[in-house]
Amino acid sequence: MSMPAQLPTGSAIPPSQAGGLLAGYVPQSGVWDEMLLPGGGIRPHWKAYARFLESVDAEEIGRRQSQMQKLLRDHGVTYNMYDDTRGAGRPWELDLLPLLLPQSEWQSVSVGLAQRARLLNAILADLYGAKTLLKRGLLPPALVHGNPGFLRGVSGVVPPGGKFLVRLGADLVRGLDGRWMVLADRLQAPSGNGYALENRLVLANVHAEEFNALGVRRLSDHYEVIKQMLQSLAPRARGGASIAMYTPGPYNETYFEHALKARYLGYPLVEGADLTVRDRRVHMKTLEGLRRVDVLIRHVDDVFADPLELEPNSMLGVAGLLEAWRSGSVALANGLGTKVVETPALHPFLPGLCRHLLAEELLLPSAPTWWCGQAREREMVLASPDRWVLKPAFVRGARDPIFLADLSPSDKASLLERLRSTPHDWIAQEALPLSTAPTLVRGRLEPRALVWRTFTVAGNDGYNTMPGGLSRVSPEPRRWIVTMRSGGISKDTWIIGDGAETVGPGVIQQAPTVIRPSRPPGAVPSRAADHLFWLGRYAERLETTVRVLRALLQRLFSERPAESNPEIRACLDLLKAMGFSSIGANIRNELREIIRDPKKDGSLSDLLGRIRFNASSARDRLSDDMWRLFNHLDRDGMLDRTSAGLSGAQDLLDSLVLDLTAFSGLQQENMTRGHGWRFLEIGKRIERGWQTLTLLQTASGSELGEEAVLPPLLEICDSSMTYRRMHFSRPSLLPAVDLLLLDESNPRSVAFQLQALGRQSARLPSDPTTDSGGRERQQTDALLSDLSGINLVSMAAAERDPRVELPALCQHLADSLEVLSDLLTEHFFSHAVRRVR
Amino acid sequence: MQYRITHKTTWTYERPVTVCHYTARLEPRTLPQQSCPWHELHIHPQPTEKATRCDYFGNSSVYFEIEGSHESLEITAQSLVRLQQNAPVDSRATPAWELVRDACLADQLTPTAVAGEMCFASPLIPVDSVFAAYAKPSFPPGRPILEGVKDLNRRIFKDFAFDPTATDFATPVAKVLQQRRGVCQDFAQVMIACFRSLGLPARYVSGYLETLPPPGQPKLVGADASHAWVSVYCGDEVGWTDADPTNNVLPGSRHITLAWGRDFGDVSPLRGITIGAGEQVLQVSVDVLPVEV
Repeated sequence: MSMPAQLPTGSAIPPSQAGGLLAGYVPQSGVWDEMLLPGGGIRPHWKAYARFLESVDAEEIGRRQSQMQKLLRDHGVTYNMYDDTRGAGRPWELDLLPLLLPQSEWQSVSVGLAQRARLLNAILADLYGAKTLLKRGLLPPALVHGNPGFLRGVSGVVPPGGKFLVRLGADLVRGLDGRWMVLADRLQAPSGNGYALENRLVLANVHAEEFNALGVRRLSDHYEVIKQMLQSLAPRARGGASIAMYTPGPYNETYFEHALKARYLGYPLVEGADLTVRDRRVHMKTLEGLRRVDVLIRHVDDVFADPLELEPNSMLGVAGLLEAWRSGSVALANGLGTKVVETPALHPFLPGLCRHLLAEELLLPSAPTWWCGQAREREMVLASPDRWVLKPAFVRGARDPIFLADLSPSDKASLLERLRSTPHDWIAQEALPLSTAPTLVRGRLEPRALVWRTFTVAGNDGYNTMPGGLSRVSPEPRRWIVTMRSGGISKDTWIIGDGAETVGPGVIQQAPTVIRPSRPPGAVPSRAADHLFWLGRYAERLETTVRVLRALLQRLFSERPAESNPEIRACLDLLKAMGFSSIGANIRNELREIIRDPKKDGSLSDLLGRIRFNASSARDRLSDDMWRLFNHLDRDGMLDRTSAGLSGAQDLLDSLVLDLTAFSGLQQENMTRGHGWRFLEIGKRIERGWQTLTLLQTASGSELGEEAVLPPLLEICDSSMTYRRMHFSRPSLLPAVDLLLLDESNPRSVAFQLQALGRQSARLPSDPTTDSGGRERQQTDALLSDLSGINLVSMAAAERDPRVELPALCQHLADSLEVLSDLLTEHFFSHAVRRVR
Repeated sequence: MQYRITHKTTWTYERPVTVCHYTARLEPRTLPQQSCPWHELHIHPQPTEKATRCDYFGNSSVYFEIEGSHESLEITAQSLVRLQQNAPVDSRATPAWELVRDACLADQLTPTAVAGEMCFASPLIPVDSVFAAYAKPSFPPGRPILEGVKDLNRRIFKDFAFDPTATDFATPVAKVLQQRRGVCQDFAQVMIACFRSLGLPARYVSGYLETLPPPGQPKLVGADASHAWVSVYCGDEVGWTDADPTNNVLPGSRHITLAWGRDFGDVSPLRGITIGAGEQVLQVSVDVLPVEV
């Protein structure tokens, strides 16, 4: 994996003479730069790309930069931070410049990584099996027994295919001599390959010409390998294994990539609540009942995966998962307990372990590391502390590496005291000068420290490494800590073909084409249906709220004096009916709250947050266009937050109405009519019916008079034009009620919503294990029959007071709709969990 | 001595439960001084799936699932256990505690290094200097280890008040040390934290203790309870030795061992997850009856 000893000298263009972006790029002396040779020449594999950098002008760079930003924004690429409220994502940082590596170099690194993956798997099999490594003194017992990643419950497990390790994420850094070294291994839930894919989708688009000209290795082949490997892991020997992507959910920092990979690979994205263990087998709760799962791609940390045997308070886990895995009925990628070999304390022992377990020399070295659990190493650190960087051996992410030389004397003394009392908890490393890669910062290239995360998966014959990976550079110059958590910038990684490789689509065994599979492509998990249902409800609730607010604001800011306009009172009454009962004292302040205060129940901010949450939780079920629209909706909702006045609010309301209309359009025109679509539709119809009934109830019982109430009501329900076309007169109550309640041809009427509900409830999935199916159908039929029993003509003729009868009727129908909603929840979504000890 | 033990646990649910998952560690271990010629585990309703295995620590562990609506769950473990009195150990002849401490960290799996696995912090029991500071007066330099164990056992018994209202299963060990109140589980975990913070291997033992009625009164049915104590490694010669800080005794023929592990989490007699139960009422009764041999 090392660079050739004799580095070819490039046609040395002194940086000062180079044009374009290349001008002024000066790497630190004495540090390995990825692009430039020590003398200033360009490394051979960068030459073609460097010509682009030389020739490109600032305008073109700016254009590509904004195209890249737009793609990232539209795709909604985020990296969540746990302290953000409501899982709001932090935008993903991507550098416009890729990292370039030659095929030959990647080839030798990938051979080293494949060996490392085999080695780590063999170590895991031994630690959870015969423990011969400890018995023979090849690994100190304290390194395992004092390692919280060692899960005693895993001992004795023989995983399907003997594979504890299916996916390895390894962080590589380049030393001064140009050799790649492994800085860290990630096993329990390795992340980043989805982001690598996203980076590629964006940069291949932005740099389409250079990408094609350079013959960059494609990532899609690697994903084919992943799919084949997962299929082959399935314990049941039959075609079409059921595979699912197991995520901690939308609050997880890397949720974006879980959803992305699930869609890319075509597997359902499931959370712990979607899974249940029956007969020591894992099943997914779908709308059609339980469905067996053969392989779980696990993104949930070891200890959170099973509340029965591991962390009892985990809300992310599946009770009995460890027992199911122990019984061999399910494959986990990766297996549980793999965190034990993530510790860098293992690094010094790997060469010996490799010789013992594989009878091979270790090909890819680890970053030099000393484990303080060993007496000699500990004394060496204590003797000259300032040379060292200390890191916790077993706890990751707790704090940055500690540079002992930077500590105050008292801090240093107390840290060294802790080191003496629990030495096995610490490792020491020397500060590593990482290699640098050119990074675009404020229009200029700067050298930034580089870490390359590689991804290796078990294939049918050995382990296979992604030709690329997720490179990250430090956010500040001369800073050597590079993680996404501490604000790193990511880079796409281009493996530049030299024409010698033969890997292409031909190597991959393609499955025979199936025109229309007999089994539906992945049943809908109940939880996803739940989120889609509420997505529909909240989107519709947002629309009604926006429409009422817009009707009110238009009247408040019209030329007609507010005091003499009774329609304003009517609008306020309608707003009260929607749950804002306190409005009236200080209208402007209260309106500002309803628009902007995320803590106020039912405010626009609150509803946008709920929509965002439900949409991200069902991310894998929504198309990219749909997702782009939600991002748009979010941005439109955000824009106004800074302005204090109400004047800008009308623009905001107008753009929200348009976004929501586009959402409805996409739902109707672009979504397959599966159960996912069905629950979104049902949610929307129930909410619209309910909101219309609530507004009608208030309007029909109002004492303000028809002329004050009906114009805003018809406007809110988007039926003013229809009314005018039908009646050519000022609105009066019964015809307006007819239009909004009974007219089946009006897509805003209650009758229209009930008809749609009737159609959809007849197509609801039936679960053979329960007999409660059909109750939703009965409830919808009862609603339809109640509605058809309403006779406005006779109500008028009998001189009964509609202002008494209509509100009661609306109330009854609204209540019945809520019953329907409850029935659906109870039947399809109910996952109440309570834990006991 | 020979005992017949009945350990009955009943959950009553507010709402019917459709599925639950449990692990039970209710079968007494077989040990040099303890045998279990008969053991039965009755579960009602009948589990739909059940699997027994030997866990990492050598305890018998039963996994079961119940699928199908049920409003209560009754788990009854019955065992017959024979106990022999251990040969008395001369605590003054045990090795200095520092020797045991240092031997634990051997680079190979020697017998003491195997025991050394119990030196480290575990999910429920931290290692911290406050525990070492509390334990230190019992372990002056060079003191034979079992002497120190007996002294710490006596001090915890004297310093801590038995108070079932002071803690629950989630109370951190550091808080128990601070408030000096709790139940047997708390005292055992404090003592283990003390040993481990000194670098000595100690494990958590769950089991039963035969209780004697006040003089002249009949023994009440169900009056006994689950109990917990400590085992500490006293060097290769003596091996693991039990200590019961709740009663200031070194367990002999009245302590029946069910299971051991790093802390309560490893040996919980019953651990389960139920879905949708609403409020739950738990009833536990334990009877430890001496039986004529």
